[in-house]
Amino acid sequence: MKLTRRGFFKITGAAGAAATVSRAYAAKASPAPEDPFGCLVDLTRCIGCRKCEDACNRVNDLPPPARSFEDPTVLNRPRRPDEKAFTVVNRYFPGQRDASNQLVPTFVKIQCMHCQEPACASACIVGALTKKENGAVHYDVTRCIGCRYCMVACPFEIPAYEYHDPITPRVMKCTFCFERISEAGGLPGCAEICPTEAITFGRRKTLLAVAKKRIQDNPARYLQEIYGEKEVGGTSWMYITAVPFEKLGFIDVPDKPTPRLAETIQHSLFAYLWSPIVLYGLLGGIMWASRGNRPHPEDEEGDRR
Amino acid sequence: MTHHPYPLKTRFWTPGVVVLAVLMAAGALAMAARFIGGIGYVSNLSTARPWGLWIGVDVASGVALAAGGFTTAFLAHIVGRHYYEPVVRPALLTAVLGYTFVVIGLLVDIGRSWAIWKPMVFWNFNSVLFEVAMCVMFYLNVLYIEFLPVVAEQYKGRVNLPGPLAALNGLVESVLSLADRVLDKIMWVFIIAGVVLSCMHQSSLGSLMLVAPTKVHPLWYTPILPLLFLTSAIAVGYPMVVFETTLATSSLKRDGEMRVLAPLTRITIYLLGLYMALKIGDMVVRGTYVHLLEGTAQTNAFLVEMVLGVIVPWLMLLSERVRRSRRALFAACAMIVGGVLLNRVNVFVVAYTPPVSEASYFPAVGEILITVGLIATLMFIYRFLVTHLPVLSAPAREVSA
Repeated sequence: MKLTRRGFFKITGAAGAAATVSRAYAAKASPAPEDPFGCLVDLTRCIGCRKCEDACNRVNDLPPPARSFEDPTVLNRPRRPDEKAFTVVNRYFPGQRDASNQLVPTFVKIQCMHCQEPACASACIVGALTKKENGAVHYDVTRCIGCRYCMVACPFEIPAYEYHDPITPRVMKCTFCFERISEAGGLPGCAEICPTEAITFGRRKTLLAVAKKRIQDNPARYLQEIYGEKEVGGTSWMYITAVPFEKLGFIDVPDKPTPRLAETIQHSLFAYLWSPIVLYGLLGGIMWASRGNRPHPEDEEGDRR
Repeated sequence: MTHHPYPLKTRFWTPGVVVLAVLMAAGALAMAARFIGGIGYVSNLSTARPWGLWIGVDVASGVALAAGGFTTAFLAHIVGRHYYEPVVRPALLTAVLGYTFVVIGLLVDIGRSWAIWKPMVFWNFNSVLFEVAMCVMFYLNVLYIEFLPVVAEQYKGRVNLPGPLAALNGLVESVLSLADRVLDKIMWVFIIAGVVLSCMHQSSLGSLMLVAPTKVHPLWYTPILPLLFLTSAIAVGYPMVVFETTLATSSLKRDGEMRVLAPLTRITIYLLGLYMALKIGDMVVRGTYVHLLEGTAQTNAFLVEMVLGVIVPWLMLLSERVRRSRRALFAACAMIVGGVLLNRVNVFVVAYTPPVSEASYFPAVGEILITVGLIATLMFIYRFLVTHLPVLSAPAREVSA
């Protein structure tokens, strides 16, 4: 069966070529910004006051919450950011007890991690999501077509969607207060209001140094780990903790940026459109060589052994 | 062997067609609800599950099952096996309609339907979806061009539009006669382009989920996902032709065309065999077979996909007797079609597990109605077109009612 053999060679040939080009592509520099802003969240300092949620709501003109930001009972159930709240604080009881045998809570603020190599930006069909030099993963609603591939791609399950808007729904997620941090001395709303300095805003490299110093200076208080330093290739939001991250709802993600494989395959196959051009030429050749009529297989049974 | 496609001119409003019309009406109502109340009003989609039935069936499966268009074009026009001509037109029509409905499905699924043109202006070369969208857009145009001669053959020289449209008679007439004169000579350009574009986006559809390594079940998440999508699309091409030709010829009381279909499925043994080898080989190389007997909904879906959708029909096709029996061949091909359909649904919906939210997803009634309505509309238009255009060439069965 001529056809299958040809098809098979075509496919294996393409795979081989893809492997070669992909090695070349892997050497390419990371698209992450050199020195972006970031936020360091020190979970040992957070007291669960939810002032950050309140500030975020005001700064971003989000609709009023169903229950007040002062209502602590909201913390009884774990929540996720949604289209009406870019950030939420959850409470965990990982098992430690204080002197009076009460369980000690740990509070965890969740929002967009502003990845260094964001999967959402790689996935976005129209480039509505982009990683800015200042660190923000920025959403440009004027480009968005609402395909929600960014939501499929995000390893942290962050982008939400205005599913009940029939005509102009938006992808909703923490903006890193892009407008505010673009101005000199500007802070994200949450970092500005935090009363315990649990959130530190600054250059990512500086924050990593701060985090390492805090861990080094007080090894009894902190675990030797910074969530966001290497996760999915690094994120602009980073966390240090006294309690293992897996007990605090942090998602286990690889160190490699998650869009890398798809991008590598895509770019290897379609760089300079070489593969479609080769395939076009190949098919043209086959078409030229096999012009003319062939008999029906049943009519040529005689020639077959 | 000569064949001569002709418009069937049979009675159109049969009971089956009435059923289709009812389903279309239900789908239209659900679609109206989606454009009044939003996607959330008719669907169970959420932050955790942004893609559901519409992407899995209307788009991913629609594209895969339209593969008969480029695989038959390859065989009949590129490799020059012209005796397969009789199935080229029906397969081409299926592809034209299939891709048209992929786009309509997308218009329902994307939040900003009116912005669907934006990828043409704003390019993101990193996005797999961008590549898929561009190919689908170009391929849809290629398909319309490939189908134009069929329209020209029927109406050239006797364009007679009703009512106020009559003013366009001259224009349409000149387009058709131009198409008739020119297209025949340059059609090879579009035929090859159609195959190339198909190979590109069929494989890229598989690359779509590679961006979410932490979310897709390891039984399906593999770096060769694009290759698996390409080979399965090629493998399902001829079974899909058998499936729809048998359905159409039975429903329209035509001859079964077994003389063309039987040898077509002999090729499928190799194509489906290659897909099966890749799929099983991948499972062995990556060691994912350890998941097979876990008994979860996902692993069971994988077993059904592989056993009933690939292995059993492949074994059936090996038998000469199956390939010569209209009924058995239809059963085997329907299983292959079902297997590829299930594979696409599995990759896009079943295998997808968001890391935090354990929100299970099952399509809402509104989602199902829209999908069913779209499929019914496709079948309705297919039937309408084959009664009026020269697509099918099978003669009427002697015992027609």
